[in-house]
Order: sequence, then C-alpha cells, then structure tokens
Amino acid sequence: MRFRIYRYDPEQDAKPRLQEYDIALDPHDRMLLDALIRLKSVDDSLSFRRSCREGVCGSDAMNINGRNGLACTTNLKTLAEPVELRPLPGLPVVRDLIVDMSQFFKQYHSIKPYLVNDEPPPERERLQSPGERERLDGLYECILCACCSTACPSFWWNPDKFVGPAGLLNAYRFIADSRDRDLNDRLDNLEDPYRLFRCHSIMNCVDVCPKGLNPTRAIGNIKTMIVKRAV
Amino acid sequence: MAVGAHYGARDWLAQRVTAVVMTLYTLLIGLIVLWHGGLDYASWKAMFASTAFRVVSFLFMASLLFHAWVGMRNILMDYAKPTSLRLSLQVAVVCVLVAYAGWTVQVLWGHA
Repeated sequence: MRFRIYRYDPEQDAKPRLQEYDIALDPHDRMLLDALIRLKSVDDSLSFRRSCREGVCGSDAMNINGRNGLACTTNLKTLAEPVELRPLPGLPVVRDLIVDMSQFFKQYHSIKPYLVNDEPPPERERLQSPGERERLDGLYECILCACCSTACPSFWWNPDKFVGPAGLLNAYRFIADSRDRDLNDRLDNLEDPYRLFRCHSIMNCVDVCPKGLNPTRAIGNIKTMIVKRAV
Repeated sequence: MAVGAHYGARDWLAQRVTAVVMTLYTLLIGLIVLWHGGLDYASWKAMFASTAFRVVSFLFMASLLFHAWVGMRNILMDYAKPTSLRLSLQVAVVCVLVAYAGWTVQVLWGHA
C-alpha cells in the first residue's frame, strides 16, 4: 500500500516534506494505525502518537487524505491510495504527525471542565434522575482528540480567543449537568464575541468527529440559553 | 489573552431577526410582482407613493444594513489581526453603512 506522509523535524529540517512509502501489509493489518506501526518497524524515525488503539484515548488523531480522523478507527479499505497523512491542521508541529496541543487544552481548561457544587455532599453520591442523566448523552463521550477544533476555520483564525468546538461541547456537558451549580458563571464566561460567537455553524466539527458527536448543536444550545437569559 | 467582552448574543439574535425581516420583505415584493403580473413604471411609482410601503421598505433597508454590520464585523474579527487595522476597517464599514442609511431615506422620501 502506498503512503505519502508529512515529515518534519524542526531541529533538523529547514521545511516540511512529504515522504513516499510503499509497504506490503499483513492480512491482519486492518486499520490505518496497524499500517503506521508496520511503517515504523521499517523507518523508526517516523513519529506519531498512539495509545489505546481502539478510539478511546484520542491520541492518534491526524489528517487522513485531507480529513481529520483517528488512525486506529479508520479502516484501510476506505482509503484511496496514496494515503496522504498530515498532522492536525492549525497547531504547531512538534515532529512529523505529532502536534503541540497546548493551545487546545488551554481552551478546554478555560471552561472549568469539572462539576462545581458547593452544597454539602450527600452521604453517598449526588443522584440524577434517568432523564437528567440522559441529557449528558452525546456530550460526555468526547475524547478530546482535537479532530473537531483543528477542522474548524474559526479555531484556525483565533485559536487563542475562540474556545473551539471541543471546548464548547464540554462546556455544555457541565451546563447541562443537573448536579452543577455554576450555570450563571459558566454562561458569563462564554458570553463573548470571540469565545462563543466565533462559531458560525460551519459544522466541520460534526463532519469529522470520530465519536459521531454534534458540537454545533451543543453550541446552539449555549447560545439559546444566553439569549433566553437576556431577552 | 484578555477575553470576556460580555456581548455577542444580541448581535447573534439581531442577525437572525433581520434575516427574517428581509425574507418577509422579499416574499412581499414577489407576491406583489405576481399579483400585478410583472411591474411597469406606473405600478412601481404607485407602490412607492404609499407611506406604508416606504416605511416597510425602510425597515428592510435598516435590517439589511444592520445584518451587513454584524456580518462585516465577523469577517474582520476573523481575518484582520492587528487591532488598529481591525478598528479602522470597522469604522470605515460603519461610515459606509450609515451613509447608505441616509441615501435610503433620500431615495424613499426625497421626491415625496
């Protein structure tokens, strides 16, 4: 199978290049990550992140034939050759397919990604009704792989100011949580032309999310809540 | 990076409301054209002789101008990076749009 892979080591290379690989795969190599691991056994200078190899950790997010996705959940049969692999767009490249996710996580941390509740905790746990729990479906599953935010033009133009689809989906995950008591502060934190309203419903995030989540809908819900609070 | 301007929701809502106003006006014009089976100079002139129609037309133009302001500011916030450049361009856009508003009034009521 033929590959064209983005190679760049900032300490050695003046500029990035695309390197061609042609490799015979084993019948058991089914996912793109299997092929990458095989490639690394041939060329150990090739660098990429991976961990769980089953779409849960979010480490091996990359741009696959022009589209962000996880190498471990992308079936090789679905890919046109040569398979062009690039790092996630819009983030600084550390090396080859590895990007610096600092900016992404900075935005994630800015939305207070934890329950805020100053009420004395009950003896066992804070209970939710099945309906309240259901409101978190489609939100809590986010694995923070950054496929969505790095596919978002608004995040490309303002990564320092716009929270991005992943951060906003997680913001809504806590806004929608019946156990959280920080609703007003959370909405205050997001009521900003850059932090929230840079989203123009382009929906690249929905298109690429490897977990099938819908950040645009979550962002729409936040906007509606802010408007309801104001009018 | 300092963020937290505490605005944005009103403009976001206004952009949608003005879009609805413009859609309704466009449908109204379409219905009038269909009703008359096309428009000639005489019927066009008669249409704009009515104060109510001028007011509705002004409402359409006001919606268009505000819609354009929100959209243009969004574009500038995305692409014009230096604050001084962004502010200058925003001021220029506001000046042009306010001038258009004056021109609209002149067109609608200038020959009354």
